Amino acid sequence: MLSKRIIPCLDVREGRTTKGIKFKNNVDIGDPVQMALMYYEAGADEIVFYDITASHEKRDIMIDVVRKVAETIFIPFSVGGGIRTIDDMRDVLLAGAEKVSVNSAAVKNPEIISVGADAFGSQCMVLGMDVKHVGKNEKIPSGYEIVINGGRTYTGLDALAWALKGQELGAGEICLNSIDADGTKDGYELTLTELISTAVDIPVIASGGAGHPNHLHDVLTTGRADAALIASMVHYGTYTIAEIKTYLDERGVKVRPTGS
Amino acid sequence: MIAIIDYKAGNLASVSRAFSHIGVENMITNDVRRIKSAERVVFPGVGAAGSAMKSLIQLGLDQVLRHALDSGKPVLGICLGTQIILQTSQENQTPCLGLIDGCARGFSESFKSQGVTGLKIPHMGWNRINLQSDHPVFAGIRAEDEFYFVHSYYPSPDHANQVIATTEYGITFPSVIGMKNLVATQFHPEKSGKPGLAILKNFSGWNPC
Repeated sequence: MLSKRIIPCLDVREGRTTKGIKFKNNVDIGDPVQMALMYYEAGADEIVFYDITASHEKRDIMIDVVRKVAETIFIPFSVGGGIRTIDDMRDVLLAGAEKVSVNSAAVKNPEIISVGADAFGSQCMVLGMDVKHVGKNEKIPSGYEIVINGGRTYTGLDALAWALKGQELGAGEICLNSIDADGTKDGYELTLTELISTAVDIPVIASGGAGHPNHLHDVLTTGRADAALIASMVHYGTYTIAEIKTYLDERGVKVRPTGS
Repeated sequence: MIAIIDYKAGNLASVSRAFSHIGVENMITNDVRRIKSAERVVFPGVGAAGSAMKSLIQLGLDQVLRHALDSGKPVLGICLGTQIILQTSQENQTPCLGLIDGCARGFSESFKSQGVTGLKIPHMGWNRINLQSDHPVFAGIRAEDEFYFVHSYYPSPDHANQVIATTEYGITFPSVIGMKNLVATQFHPEKSGKPGLAILKNFSGWNPC
């Protein structure tokens, strides 16, 4: 039986890991390569790097981080943030990432998903979705809208329709981030996660709001997610990966043992 | 020296990095002579069976694997490499290398015919393997160890004795196949943490008779 994946997410800015709330007030919390190694040793199933480097000129710093991570850990990891072109994808994949995630670039140009899937395979194309609850209306029948630019720009895209479109275009996985829940530590957006996860056939990673192992339990059961992204609850040492996995295992959620 | 066959099917560097990490000399190559002179051969791959077969043939590498197998040197297939050593793949009915009798089947069809519902495809993430018998490449692997999979098709050899391990995902499917000097995993040992590195290490010292 497939294990539910527990995935630490590292926001990387100019080669350093940062953590902010709702994409604001970022503070330096360490070296991404060392943190990746620590989470690898601690039993993380995968790692997500989100490059929030502002300028395109500083992308090389991220590629260097990716290369070092690839030499250090032997589990899958993905890179998102600032991926705009096929060349961006190729750079990240050749540097050793398993997957790339596209978010704003796919909203602006959906074909980037299909072109990327054709070039590198669906298994390495993750569609990143930032979602806000806006209430149901004619344009947004699910009540959830896709936002970009860290939640500042509404796109007019319905989250459910966009998830199905992304799957059709060849995305191999969806990373579903609730902007409303992000950074709150009050739990994942369960209604949204269940809505998307039951509608698509590809795996869904839930993101935003994790503060307690119970939140992971809920999103992996009620929310029907295949994987859960975590950040501050492990970055600040509040919980270890082992504690989270033990909590889940004791409640019947199948996870990969951390001892292996 | 281990030759990792380069046929433009996915990221071979991760396989190379994993071998280097455990101190095993390796090279990524599509040079037939180098592959023939290597002590061991790794046949990796991700992506679609059709384009992989096309590029193998274009590069003149379709015969080199058969040669490696016949020569008795250890050969390791990984992921797509494991599927295209069979005769055909259900993925667009692609004719494959035929080094092992059987075909690569799709989860989608198998789920349909066996009434399995509610499971995502691809099978992506960590899962266990059930070894059908002892195998030197899997020495030291424990029942609770898990491995990283990402695939929509799986190998289905005709002969049951060529199934080295199986995995459960709605159905029970062969996740490691092989015979004589060939062992082929559907999962990615290079992305499967310490148990995966242990398998690569075992392969590097394996002397099949």
